[in-house]
Amino acid sequence: MTSTSTDINQTNSSNSTPLLSVRNLKVHFPIKRGFLVQREVARVRAVDGVSFDIYPGETLGLVGESGSGKTTAAKAVIQLNNPGSGSVKFEGQELVGLSTSAMRPIRRKMGMVFQDPYGSLNPRMRAGDIVGEPLKVHGLAESRDGYRQQVASLLTTVGLSPAMAERYPNEFSGGQRQRLGIARAIAAKPSLLILDESVSALDVSIQAQILNLLQDLQDEYNLAYLFIAHDLSVVRHISHRVAVMYLGKIVETADAKDLYERPLHPYTQALLSAIPTPDPIHERSRERIILRGDLPSPLSPPPGCGFSTRCPIATEACSAAVPELKTLAENQQAACFLAQGR
Amino acid sequence: MTSDSPVNSSPLLQVRDLRTSFTTPEGKIGAVNGVSFDVNHGETLGLVGESGCGKSVSALSIMQLVPNPPGVIETGEIIFEGVDLLKISSQEMQSVRGAGIGMIFQEPMSSLNPVLTIGRQITEPLGVHMGLSGWAAESRAAELLEMVGIADSRRRLGDHPHQLSGGQRQRVMIAIALSCEPKLLIADEATTALDVTIQAQILELMKNLTSESGAALMIITHNLGIIARYADRLNVMYAGKIRESGTAEQVYLQPNHPYTVGLLNSVPRLDRPASERLDPIEGEIPDPANLPAGCAFTPRCRWATEKCSVSEPELEQVKDRQMVACYESKTVSESVEIAWK
Repeated sequence: MTSTSTDINQTNSSNSTPLLSVRNLKVHFPIKRGFLVQREVARVRAVDGVSFDIYPGETLGLVGESGSGKTTAAKAVIQLNNPGSGSVKFEGQELVGLSTSAMRPIRRKMGMVFQDPYGSLNPRMRAGDIVGEPLKVHGLAESRDGYRQQVASLLTTVGLSPAMAERYPNEFSGGQRQRLGIARAIAAKPSLLILDESVSALDVSIQAQILNLLQDLQDEYNLAYLFIAHDLSVVRHISHRVAVMYLGKIVETADAKDLYERPLHPYTQALLSAIPTPDPIHERSRERIILRGDLPSPLSPPPGCGFSTRCPIATEACSAAVPELKTLAENQQAACFLAQGR
Repeated sequence: MTSDSPVNSSPLLQVRDLRTSFTTPEGKIGAVNGVSFDVNHGETLGLVGESGCGKSVSALSIMQLVPNPPGVIETGEIIFEGVDLLKISSQEMQSVRGAGIGMIFQEPMSSLNPVLTIGRQITEPLGVHMGLSGWAAESRAAELLEMVGIADSRRRLGDHPHQLSGGQRQRVMIAIALSCEPKLLIADEATTALDVTIQAQILELMKNLTSESGAALMIITHNLGIIARYADRLNVMYAGKIRESGTAEQVYLQPNHPYTVGLLNSVPRLDRPASERLDPIEGEIPDPANLPAGCAFTPRCRWATEKCSVSEPELEQVKDRQMVACYESKTVSESVEIAWK
């Protein structure tokens, strides 16, 4: 892994068309009760009207706490669960409502890397077959030798040795397994990778290696990333733009630099303030916002703004109506009645 | 922040040359390979390191909760309030656990009994250690719940663990751990599984409650930020040994061990301008069954010399209160000073 220079301005989002465009995406899970006749008694609004764009070669960081709907949103993008309504356009093509067979050629262009490097690799398959499977499924291998070469070069790309192709997943360490997962995800040459908490389970020294690998791959193949994580420092490091989710909604979205320098939504402010930094002097002199209470259940979200129950500045108006995302600064939107732009 | 001045009485806990190993099909594996440290009265000590470094096994050894078999404490002394815990009977140890040393684990769901009410689980140690029963125990339990920030505590005593959220369960664990007023509270990755906003609540709570009661707190975590905020002193562990120790200021701002430097360089930092690339430690954690000769960090170390793979450096004092186990510590601290400027 040699260091390549990253051109920060490479993602000039204004003059290209988005690779992925999600509009008003909703994923609701019905809760059914009943013995013979099942009736819907409630609805979990896991994702409740989410919109975002991802441009080629760009990383969108999706952050939020557990239950905020970030993983459900990602699965809906790749059509792994049934979106209730809304639109997901990939390279201009509408994905919502497509049949499984119509989805298959599109899935080739979207890779996914999961959190658990132990659970997401088939323990009975050799590493080479795990990485090479997408090549077979999508008919991308021309000959036996060609297939072997492709697998070997994929393993090299992610920093593993081609000789490891013969090994089984249990012979790999956690970091190496995550490299395998990445090799598998990029095998079919996708243009978008969905990284769902892909570095969260790794030790910090290994996590840093994987983050560098992801940046190298992005530079080399102009990959776009939907990077889902709860660790805001990691998200800032890798993302060009960031969307913050709370209770199934995006509450703030901005360029990474702006979001971290001047968060506008009170939830983003609290989230940023809750993260301890590894500098004892800075850390102890810092004022922190400690939120009260827990995340409300998505089964019975509070009326009005979902964050109003924990918000340090909420007023009566906040529990009366739901605030919409509004543009408060250039490329920065927040869904809060009280947030002020500059 | 408590106790920046040295405490004049003897330390609350003294661990000396602790060695704990596990028998596996591949042979005997040393999880803790000669660890010595002190915990002073009322201070907060951090134990930091990556998975497999022996930080949890050190804590379990102190509590004598290492599953045996396969685990066994080979040698060492664990002196708590002047008594060597390795020499006392299991009954005597029973009274140390809870009343002397309390412990909170990572997974509140598996540390709480799912079929017993919260109230029953809090009153149990009160009966064993404090001789409280019936109404007295119950009202003390309600008080404890109130103390950890659970509203409507009387009624919540009848709840079962599944009726609480993850953060509330961890609050209950804290209430149980502090119920018998221990002198030392060990928090083993107690907030790792929680969301960041809840994590902040729980850490503040632990810190406040221990400083109110004057108990010492030992925080075990892989999160460097948490240690920076809460710990007075810290030990950095790697492959079963302490590699560096000192005050938080010393270790974070002037690290002397290559592993500490590597850890600090590996984390993206919110308190600094965004960097384009991280500078991770190369390679992987060594197999504990097959540790490299000499210093175990040698294969990943960019400062390693020939000597490092021959003999193992001992912890040596480099500054008042700062200890480092590295032959090249001088070169390391100098080059870090230049690089971080």
